[in-house]
Amino acid sequence: MTSRSLNKKFDKILAREEAGQLSSKGGSRALKKLFNNRLAVVGILLFAIILLTAIFAPLITDADPLKIDLRNLSKPPTAEHWFGTDKTGRDILARVLYGGRVSILVGLGSGIISAIIGVLIGAYTGYKGGWPDIIALRVSELFMSFPQIILVLLLVSIIGQSLINLMIIFVLTGWGGMYRMTRARMLSLREEEYVQALRSFGLSTASICYKHILPNALGPIMVNITLSTAAFILAEAGLSFLGLGVPASIPTWGNILNVAQEIRVLQNFWWMWLPVGLVICLFVLSVNFIGDGLRDATDPSQQG
Amino acid sequence: MPRTQDVALSVKNLKTYFYTNNRCNKAVNGVSFEIRKGKTLCIVGESGCGKSVTASTIMQLLPALSRIEQGQVTYHSDSGDVHIEKLQRDGKEMRAIRGSEIAMIFQDPMTALNPVYTIGFQIGESLKYHTDLSTKEIREKTIDLLRGMGISLPEMRVDDYPHSYSGGMRQRAMIAMAMSCNPKILIADEPTTALDVTIQSQIFELMDKLKAENETAIMLITHDMGVVAELADDVAVMYMGNIVEAGTVDQVLRHPVHPYTRALLKSIPVLGRGRNQDIQPIAGSTPDPYDRPIGCQFAPRCKHRIEACDVMPQEVTFNGTQRVMCWRYKEFLPDAG
Amino acid sequence: MQDDQNPILTLRDVKTYFPVKAGIFKRTVAHVKAVDGVSLDIYRGEVLGLVGESGCGKTTLGKTILRLVEATDGDITYSSKNEKTNLAGLNNEEMLPFRKRLQIVFQDPHSSLNPAFTIFGSLQDPLKKYGIKSRKERRKIIGDLLESVNMRREYMDRYPHEFSGGQRQRIGIARALSVEPELIVCDEAVSALDVSIQAQVLQLLMKLKNERNLTYLFITHDLSVTEYICDRIAVMYLGRIVELCRAEELYSNTLHPYTEALLSAIPVADLDKQTKRIVLEGDVPSPVNPPSGCPFHPRCHKAIDVCKTQVPDLKSYNANGAEHFASCHLIDLPETT
Repeated sequence: MTSRSLNKKFDKILAREEAGQLSSKGGSRALKKLFNNRLAVVGILLFAIILLTAIFAPLITDADPLKIDLRNLSKPPTAEHWFGTDKTGRDILARVLYGGRVSILVGLGSGIISAIIGVLIGAYTGYKGGWPDIIALRVSELFMSFPQIILVLLLVSIIGQSLINLMIIFVLTGWGGMYRMTRARMLSLREEEYVQALRSFGLSTASICYKHILPNALGPIMVNITLSTAAFILAEAGLSFLGLGVPASIPTWGNILNVAQEIRVLQNFWWMWLPVGLVICLFVLSVNFIGDGLRDATDPSQQG
Repeated sequence: MPRTQDVALSVKNLKTYFYTNNRCNKAVNGVSFEIRKGKTLCIVGESGCGKSVTASTIMQLLPALSRIEQGQVTYHSDSGDVHIEKLQRDGKEMRAIRGSEIAMIFQDPMTALNPVYTIGFQIGESLKYHTDLSTKEIREKTIDLLRGMGISLPEMRVDDYPHSYSGGMRQRAMIAMAMSCNPKILIADEPTTALDVTIQSQIFELMDKLKAENETAIMLITHDMGVVAELADDVAVMYMGNIVEAGTVDQVLRHPVHPYTRALLKSIPVLGRGRNQDIQPIAGSTPDPYDRPIGCQFAPRCKHRIEACDVMPQEVTFNGTQRVMCWRYKEFLPDAG
Repeated sequence: MQDDQNPILTLRDVKTYFPVKAGIFKRTVAHVKAVDGVSLDIYRGEVLGLVGESGCGKTTLGKTILRLVEATDGDITYSSKNEKTNLAGLNNEEMLPFRKRLQIVFQDPHSSLNPAFTIFGSLQDPLKKYGIKSRKERRKIIGDLLESVNMRREYMDRYPHEFSGGQRQRIGIARALSVEPELIVCDEAVSALDVSIQAQVLQLLMKLKNERNLTYLFITHDLSVTEYICDRIAVMYLGRIVELCRAEELYSNTLHPYTEALLSAIPVADLDKQTKRIVLEGDVPSPVNPPSGCPFHPRCHKAIDVCKTQVPDLKSYNANGAEHFASCHLIDLPETT
């Protein structure tokens, strides 16, 4: 911000302060800060729009995302098919909306499940220390050092492609990051004096670390869930694009993009990949905006 | 007070406001004082009274969301007066003053030194920037400075990293760094709060020496009345952004006039007064800076509050150099009985 | 009042060492001897001050008593009317009844309360643990506790950030009182508070002591506070007690040179009581590698040859009718047994 615009802002605050219009209102300071952050608000709006349209897809379009229509192959956008049709005549708008359900489920679901696993292990071992801590740390390193794509290939070739398998792989490779972050937070929080006080009363380890300390680590955990959700959605799209992700019969954002592997499609049928690419882009951006906003809002050292 | 030859820095009606979280905190709300050459001015006050903000204003080290609203900070240098409040925060003039003319030491010597550079390098850096000395001369000067601060084997310790220094030694290294360019003014923001008493007395010894030898004007910020009694020539007592009472150390400690100063002196146990000393706590706590009293800031906690206290009292000077902001000060004067 | 014949806690040769690990295999290469052989009686109803500089082991000793830190060696015997129990040997389950009798108040009012819970939320779990099943009853007890530390009952539904430092410290005291302990370890309980608030909390502690017949182990670095509230004072240096006697005796008839230096280093807020400082050389040595002989000899202004080789024992001297313990080779007084 330039010094002049800053000066103007200061004058405005000062004038309101002098007039006695500002008061110490209740309510969460973090939430207020989140809603003062323009990018975060844009992110929340975009996120809500995409999520709601995916959930209420039947209200928006009558088309069936799986119905093949041989009379309408590769049609550009029309009033009937807003985003056009693909090579087998399926309505792309319907596919993007219904595909959103699966993609968001995979992203958010894997994000939350890996968070739960990582937090449960990280909170306990981080607080307790000693042997459990060392073992958990080594196991997480093992999982994190394993290339995701090899794991996908391995599982696909052994038990075949499925939505569940993909989520299992995401959770297996994803919980480590969440675990390490929770553990690091616990290492610093366990030195706080209120933890010592609880110990001096003889409360149990589980009660101290899950009930009393964990709520103080939730801020960064929420941020991490949003950011890993975005990463999982991208990973799903990438894997499905390569044909390794969700089975091709289920519409997902990645599967819709799959057709863009052909140079002919890329050159001639822009409606088959541009809208869905934009939606992925906007959704991931919005989730990242929310994550950044949450991080700034929960960080007490950031003021504004 | 007339401006005399021996004043190193004068602050007049300074107001510094903070604008964080879309609120305005009038952290420093009209303070005036002078720092005299070869003397120590102690600014005492509790946390949040604006004493550290005053120091950062003089150094132009304020955070981004803050502004000097009005008033003057005048540095009386050998080559004429400099109006610090008009300089750019990171402009060339300010950087030339900072470190070489006015230097500052901070409360926490553990974080004020950069752990990845040697002590010698960090002291020498300021010399490199402000003087024309050669690398070899800088090294010699650095060793001399460390020796002057009472660090044993300075030839060896100059190449050590901060982690191998103890807390007291780091604070001495910080003072060496601050004194490297022979500043006219040294601002010390609670320099011994993080240190033990035996180390504290070493640092005080050092500061007394600097004052005597180099005619350095020292502004010492503290919350400890004991430190004031030991080191100060002049005292300013701050409360919620105002200097409520100021004067020489004899005037303020022997004959305090403002109810806050009087209550503060009565509320601390003093060594040597024994088990049954009379201690009277000050009721309540310091007000929320966003919800300040309208008039005198101390009024809600003051035993002598009257209706007039709903209006901010004017500053009154008496006995030549003692100043007070209180409507009823006359009743508390020593000769008033 | 204090009962000389009736100790509540007896420490005999308590040692707390922390391993120093190094290398790839994290082998223990040395020990930090935080507490190195402390023997001490705490009598029922007294306020025992434990003073020393940072790193002298006073906080570790306090935590060792509460078994927040495990003792490496020695006995910590708790005596009630009809039984004596050595706390050092108990497992977590066996320790529970004693956790109710020994409690602690912490230094930092900002980290001593859980920011994610209301006051009621923070304070109710210990009560639940000790068998108060009904929520209504817990609310009543916590309300009563808040009133006993001069706060309003309704405050129990507020969050810690809504309180000032002094208020939080009072809530911390209320939490310690919630299980109706007999001995409270006050670990620098007023050091982090503003000067005007310290007196409030000190007087509250004394009021509660008289009302509830409490015993305090008052850990602090501030010898002017101990003079005001303590019955007896123990001075620690590098993990050992160097002097222990009645409070008045310590100030009027100081035996150990370290206590002498410590007392002279404290800045006194009284212009008529300024004394000559004894400035100690250097810093507190590392507790990993304490000096041979008397641990204080490298800094002692009176040290003679024997101090470098022989560790002085803590001996009892009869001074003015009461026992006065000190560990120094240079004391020229008749010993008592």
